[in-house]
Amino acid sequence: MSGLKVSFELNGAPVSAVVAPSDRLSSMLRDNLGQTGTKAGCDAGDCGACTVLIDGQACCSCLVPAAQAEGTEVTTVEGLKENGALSRLQESFLHFGAAQCGICTPGMLVSAAALLRRNPNPTRREIADALGGVLCRCTGYGKIADAVARASGFEGSDASPPAGAGVGARIRRLDGGPKVTGTEAFGADLIPQDAVMVRVVRSPHHHAAFAFGDLAGFVERHPGILAVFTAADIAGRNCFGVIPPFADQPVFAEKRARYRGEAVAAVAGEREAMKALDLDTFPVAWDPLPHVLTPAQARAGDAPRLHHDRHGNILVRGRVERGDVAAGFAQAAHMVEGQFSTPFVEHAYIEPEAGFARRAGDRIEIFTPTQAPYMDRDAIAEIMALDRARVRIVPSACGGGFGSKLDISLQPYIAIAAWHLNRPAALIYSRQESMQSTTKRHPSEITAKIGCDESGKITAFDFDGVFNTGAYASWGPTVANRVPVHASGPYFTPNYAARSVAVHTNGPPSGAFRGFGVPQAAIAQECLYDELAAMAGIDRLEFRLRNALSNGQASVTGQVFAKGMGIAACLEALKPAWERAVGETRGFNRQTKDSGLRRGAGIASCWYGCGNTSLPNPSTIRIGVTPDGRVVLHQGAMDIGQGATTVIAQIAADALGVPVHALDLLGGDTDLTPDAGKTSASRQTYVSGSAAKLSGEALRQKILRHANVSDSAHIVFKPGHIELTEGTVVSAMDLSRLVPDEFGYVFRGEETYDPPTEPLDENGQGIPYAVFGYGAQIMELSVDTALGTVTLDRLSTAHDVGRAINPVLIEGQIEGGAAQGIGMALMEEYIPGRTENLHDYLIPTFGDMPVVENIIVEVADAEGPYGAKGLGEHVLIPTAPAILNAIHDATGAWVRDLPATPDKIRAAIKALGE
Amino acid sequence: MYARPRTVDAALSLLAEDRWRVLAGGTDFYPALGGRAVAGPVLDISALKDLRGIRREEDGPRLGDWRIGALTTWRDVVCANLPPAFDALKQAAREVGSVQIQNRATVAGNLCNASPAADGVPPLLILDAEIETASSRGKRRLALADFILGNRATALRPDEMVTGILVTAKSARGRSKFIKLGSRRYLVIAIAMVAARIETGAGGSVTGARVSVGACSVAARRLRDLERALIGKHLDESSIEAVLPARFDLLTPLDDVRATAEYRAEAARELVLRALLGCLA
Repeated sequence: MSGLKVSFELNGAPVSAVVAPSDRLSSMLRDNLGQTGTKAGCDAGDCGACTVLIDGQACCSCLVPAAQAEGTEVTTVEGLKENGALSRLQESFLHFGAAQCGICTPGMLVSAAALLRRNPNPTRREIADALGGVLCRCTGYGKIADAVARASGFEGSDASPPAGAGVGARIRRLDGGPKVTGTEAFGADLIPQDAVMVRVVRSPHHHAAFAFGDLAGFVERHPGILAVFTAADIAGRNCFGVIPPFADQPVFAEKRARYRGEAVAAVAGEREAMKALDLDTFPVAWDPLPHVLTPAQARAGDAPRLHHDRHGNILVRGRVERGDVAAGFAQAAHMVEGQFSTPFVEHAYIEPEAGFARRAGDRIEIFTPTQAPYMDRDAIAEIMALDRARVRIVPSACGGGFGSKLDISLQPYIAIAAWHLNRPAALIYSRQESMQSTTKRHPSEITAKIGCDESGKITAFDFDGVFNTGAYASWGPTVANRVPVHASGPYFTPNYAARSVAVHTNGPPSGAFRGFGVPQAAIAQECLYDELAAMAGIDRLEFRLRNALSNGQASVTGQVFAKGMGIAACLEALKPAWERAVGETRGFNRQTKDSGLRRGAGIASCWYGCGNTSLPNPSTIRIGVTPDGRVVLHQGAMDIGQGATTVIAQIAADALGVPVHALDLLGGDTDLTPDAGKTSASRQTYVSGSAAKLSGEALRQKILRHANVSDSAHIVFKPGHIELTEGTVVSAMDLSRLVPDEFGYVFRGEETYDPPTEPLDENGQGIPYAVFGYGAQIMELSVDTALGTVTLDRLSTAHDVGRAINPVLIEGQIEGGAAQGIGMALMEEYIPGRTENLHDYLIPTFGDMPVVENIIVEVADAEGPYGAKGLGEHVLIPTAPAILNAIHDATGAWVRDLPATPDKIRAAIKALGE
Repeated sequence: MYARPRTVDAALSLLAEDRWRVLAGGTDFYPALGGRAVAGPVLDISALKDLRGIRREEDGPRLGDWRIGALTTWRDVVCANLPPAFDALKQAAREVGSVQIQNRATVAGNLCNASPAADGVPPLLILDAEIETASSRGKRRLALADFILGNRATALRPDEMVTGILVTAKSARGRSKFIKLGSRRYLVIAIAMVAARIETGAGGSVTGARVSVGACSVAARRLRDLERALIGKHLDESSIEAVLPARFDLLTPLDDVRATAEYRAEAARELVLRALLGCLA
């Protein structure tokens, strides 16, 4: 297509670019004009991340032909600063914690700016209407709404706590600035202009044999196409997996593809040639094979086997047993049993996987978003047959992960292309490709039976969970192991038997997704608890409180906590909200007897063990002092929006005894920063935070000892020296005379923390986690009984975090996790081949969130840093069961096959009358 | 090939010469690419400024009739000063995708895209809207129901483009209501949607009724049996009896990821009841 010169005004300055007229405005801004603040999340108008203003009106720049920009005024996030400083809106975003990962932030800010120009004091409804076209997967929208509502006239600056007051302070995120100015560099923003572009050829079938045609001829026939890569080009092992003993996933399938979206080849070429390439012309012949998509199909006798050594397509089983279940049921006065099912759930981060790799001599360097840089490094080393030291992972900003960016995705394709072509090689997954090929939440089929005595005390619990683990192992073993440990909920359950099985199908690989199977299990347990409470005639909160684990009681794995068991405190904290909610919903329903609107309240709890299950799980944190007097924190705990960068710094600063803003931060570059493990299993605040605390304390001791001052001395870092104050005595330690170590530091604290756990025995008895976190949530909602639609009115949460390191970030985690729980409960279902985009796969929008009120509970933990516990996954566990319980409370109808879409709710209501 | 003509005549002569894909707001054009590069000639009609806006015909046999120009966006509809008969169309306009979409997407494009769940069709059916098409051979005028032939199929000929949507003054009477049912608040494709327009006489009885249902058949349908049954009735709770299930039999809802067919049929009836009562407000 011939080039067209398009001239327009961009953020007040005239610009022009020569482009194909039908190029998307988003691509002209990003690729031709280098303005990468505008993000591309779906290329279909479904996510709004690419929102810009054209002549003052918000639009999706991915849907506007470049030609239509001619003569217009375009405003992007880069144009929102005022007089060179952050605008009030941007400041307000930082203050309220409205940006988490930051990938949707440009779209939110630009949409909000358009609203505020015509309406400086918008209502909540007006804000939702104006911003409803931008999806956020991190925040749950509430903090964004707060930030917009308070933007006009916003005055305020960042809290800057003094030394020793970092922990507990509501400081702004330390990495927030670039997120509100559009300068944050996500995977796709880093790609060099001269990079070779890579695209992946994927199976269109659930299960198919395939054969390549003339690959060399294909390359020859397409000018600008440089190479095709297949399994034959893998120097090392064509296999990866996050749990090495189960590693089974090929980088490129060989002869047979096991799921729709599986990679079989990659094409690399010049940017323009790759853009024009129709991958449908790629020479591959498919021969579809019989496939299985459900565990039942996969376990049938004649089912095709996914992996030779896995009989019955069973990947792994998990089990926890305690007491005597039969005897427990014999003692029960009330018993309930139920079946529950959940579908594949997609992470739906707004940043599709993207990035580039380059060869640096005999090393390969990879720049992508990730939750686990060292795991990426090790995987690539094995695939490429390189020594680990020859692989460098430089994490980009991560536009949401939620578990899926723990597994490698595009990394091997760009690494192989860069290695062979000796040029930077880049790849940006399309939304469909991201959804098809990356991991999902495990679909579950759960049968559970619970009994209690007359007083409501649980006597026995039997649980059986079947998890669809998809075509490859990924985190299937983790789910299978975690679920039996957690399925009891945070309740004393003396007689317990829980079995899980992960079954292979021809679905996408099920992996890690916030909660590792526990949210699915909690739905069964918490809904059955409501039934039991009703049978026993006990209030639902009271029923949970009667069974809540307390210090000194054994969990289902026999673990006994001497301190820190926080579930009762969470339930107690919610009592006022519960009494109000129950009273109000009853009152409403009495007064509106004949209306079709029924209100209900539901409650559910959670517990969640932080870190790996009975496996080593260390983090190392390094803090160094440079000869010129800077303190550098090597912070390898990946911040995927949750706030690890800020939290780890707050902990490290307090341990060292300096203000948090005195620290210079270095990210997770594997050449520079030691391994702080993966951002997963709600472990970073606890595990990396503990390492940061130890490192800060160690560094402090080294300095104090060198200066020969007491523990009470104040440390202040100054250019070239450290000022030490002890009482009224001030001394200066000249750093220039000290000899730097191999890292260039004159003082260094570098400590490792590994949670003290113990293996589980054959009955699952042992110490799976050193630390658990706890929580409970109440959802109030209205059901339109004639249509089966649900309006969420109010969410009240109480989460025990042990010690709130940063309350703003905690609230952000709760609200964002709850939003994902809402999606799981009411709308989300990934169906391979059918809901591979963000208009058929629905996640909650700005208008789907209730009012949220959070209570942060602090029951100090014995092990966590300053008493802190993990939180990231806990927060979504209670939400879905609280919703299902509230729907039942409102209507009397149970929906136990998720998502509870209007048709299912309506059918359940109708069934009541039959 | 990409052309962005400045006049309708220039656009029509291009259409006469070649096969073009017409692009206006772009909000259906780009998603339909599905990751592929743009292939084939594109006729960008966004510079045909005369085709944008809503106005009344000022002379001729159509004096007083309403014309929605082909480049009129959903936002233009929201902002336009229109009689209550257009309330349903305005309500639909606010439900199309998101603000970002409403600012660029055109009403006419929504009809040309001919999705079974097109938000624009039910509220235009109740206005007895006609579609004006033009080619170098001349103009045609088709009833909306004759313009949309099925799922993604229209009566538009290869050398034609839509120039306007016409609503007679006679059809712009009464009150109207649109309701869209989806699984979330914004950015949602309808499970079902309905539009109703009611004219009442001196005593309050119904003298004219239009009811349409979308997303429950390959193209949105008017419920003519129901419309006839409503004539002479008072629009209140008692008129519910006119909304007999049999009067929805012409709908052919599907089972899909959004809802079951059974649910759709039932929801359509409930939504129609609400829309009729909504016309009272």
